[in-house]
Amino acid sequence: MSEALLSVRNLSVQFTTYGQTNQVLKGVSLDVPARSQIALVGESGSGKTVTMRAIMGLLRTPPAKIIGGQIFYDGRDLLTMPDRDRLKLRGTAMSMVFQDPMSSLNPVFTIADQMGTILKYADRRLGRSRSAKERMDRVHEVLGQVRMRDPERVARSYPIMLSGGMRQRVLIAMALLSEPRLLIADEPGTALDVTTQAQILKLLKDLVEERGLALLMITHNLGVVRETSNYVYVMNKGVVVEHRPTAELFEAPRDDYTKALIAAVPRLTGGTSFGKSGAAA
Amino acid sequence: MSNMLEVVGLTKLFPVRSAFGRKAGEVRAVDNVSFSIENGKVYGLAGESGSGKSTIARMIMGLAQPTSGDILLDGHSITGETGTRAYGRKVQMVFQNPGSSLNPRRTVGQSIAVPLAAHGTPSSEHKRRIAELLEMVQLPADFALRYPHELSGGQKQRVAIARALAVAPQLLILDEPTSALDVSVQARVMDLLVDLGQQLGLTYLFISHDLSLMRNFADTVGVLYLGKIVETGPTASVFEAPQHDYTRLLLASVPVISAEEEALRPKIPLIDGEIPTAEQLIALRNGANPVSQRTSE
Repeated sequence: MSEALLSVRNLSVQFTTYGQTNQVLKGVSLDVPARSQIALVGESGSGKTVTMRAIMGLLRTPPAKIIGGQIFYDGRDLLTMPDRDRLKLRGTAMSMVFQDPMSSLNPVFTIADQMGTILKYADRRLGRSRSAKERMDRVHEVLGQVRMRDPERVARSYPIMLSGGMRQRVLIAMALLSEPRLLIADEPGTALDVTTQAQILKLLKDLVEERGLALLMITHNLGVVRETSNYVYVMNKGVVVEHRPTAELFEAPRDDYTKALIAAVPRLTGGTSFGKSGAAA
Repeated sequence: MSNMLEVVGLTKLFPVRSAFGRKAGEVRAVDNVSFSIENGKVYGLAGESGSGKSTIARMIMGLAQPTSGDILLDGHSITGETGTRAYGRKVQMVFQNPGSSLNPRRTVGQSIAVPLAAHGTPSSEHKRRIAELLEMVQLPADFALRYPHELSGGQKQRVAIARALAVAPQLLILDEPTSALDVSVQARVMDLLVDLGQQLGLTYLFISHDLSLMRNFADTVGVLYLGKIVETGPTASVFEAPQHDYTRLLLASVPVISAEEEALRPKIPLIDGEIPTAEQLIALRNGANPVSQRTSE
């Protein structure tokens, strides 16, 4: 129906806990065209993470229940296709870059072990096969792509031997292993220092452009939105309240919630006034 | 000169041990740091993890002992003072994560009553004082009966602020007080801190890695890198004309939302490649100009 690589149509999700039902997504629609850089921004409880999980098929059902809508990838509805077909897409056609580099890596296996395993199962799902040696070559190649200076040493390392920024780059490398066309990044770098975060965001942007990937960036940080996307969806309380080209959103936000959100961001140039009298700094 | 806090040549060394517990060397976590905060002003310490900003806060609170140097509160050295009731009445701290700094098994009222009791407020006064403190942080009085898990992140941080204010301190150390909060909630907590500062004449030591927030809250800023203050001055001038490489790198790294802010960011390449390892960091800390070595990688 749509030319977008990923197209979410009217997605509604509810959660039932202790007999109470809450609708957390109320008809969310968004499009991620091929080779585009899209941001989905919202505060906690806005539904951005649920949207991402629904797309990746990571929602636990129950308590979650998708009560309406479609999610098209390359024209096929992910919600109605057989599980087998969906598994083939996850981690291969569309990959996730997770937020917390420490809890997303297994501390007792080396990077090579963990990446090798991911690759092995991805190959199996796609009916491909590779020797162990070929798998390691691919692991080293991808680690090089995320600008590791010594991919072989990194591959031999345990997560604890790497810095936070390097772990985050390992997670990006993992997402790239099977050459996906769509990367979904969930607040990458928020657990990191500001200089490291800037480096990670730049790396993601460079990779996406170099390799012609589409990027869906899930974030609560408007600065990250401006740095990494050219089109943005703003979510609040389970609804997309506004979506437009990123530059336009910051120049002239239309929705009241977006306006309030932008106004709440402290500015590097100063002039953000805190307190009743507005006499900050 | 009326300085609430004066820190002179503060140094903290931590031993580094090898795998078998032998002393292998020392890390200069805080290296000859000096700064002062005028009465009623906000001093911002900006730095990333490992810069030593939390160690400085811990030494001022008396939670860690300086290796050398002195800390003067209101003109008097705090050596031997920390840990006393009298000291606790002057200096209090608000921690980063209100989720873990509030006892989950105490109600809000009970949490606030702890410092009240410790500092000799008669228990007949507690109820009135708790209501007063909750009003100060703009929470309804019936919150005294709630447990932390019933509160939102912003409400918890308000409770933590009320608890810190219970003994009417003069200096409040804020260690990343809003980093766990949404940006709109952050704005309201900052509003509260500014208003309280003016009402009560509080002096703030504000510790943060968020430079945009620092710019709008601190009167004076000190940039910490590997235990040293590499640059200090009035916040506006440091941000508009940063002198040190590391300050420039920090400013260049901040994600911003307007062209004006972008124009303010120094146009320097971000560090490309890997972050220094622990061993390299130790070597860098003891070296003369760690920044140029780091960026030239």
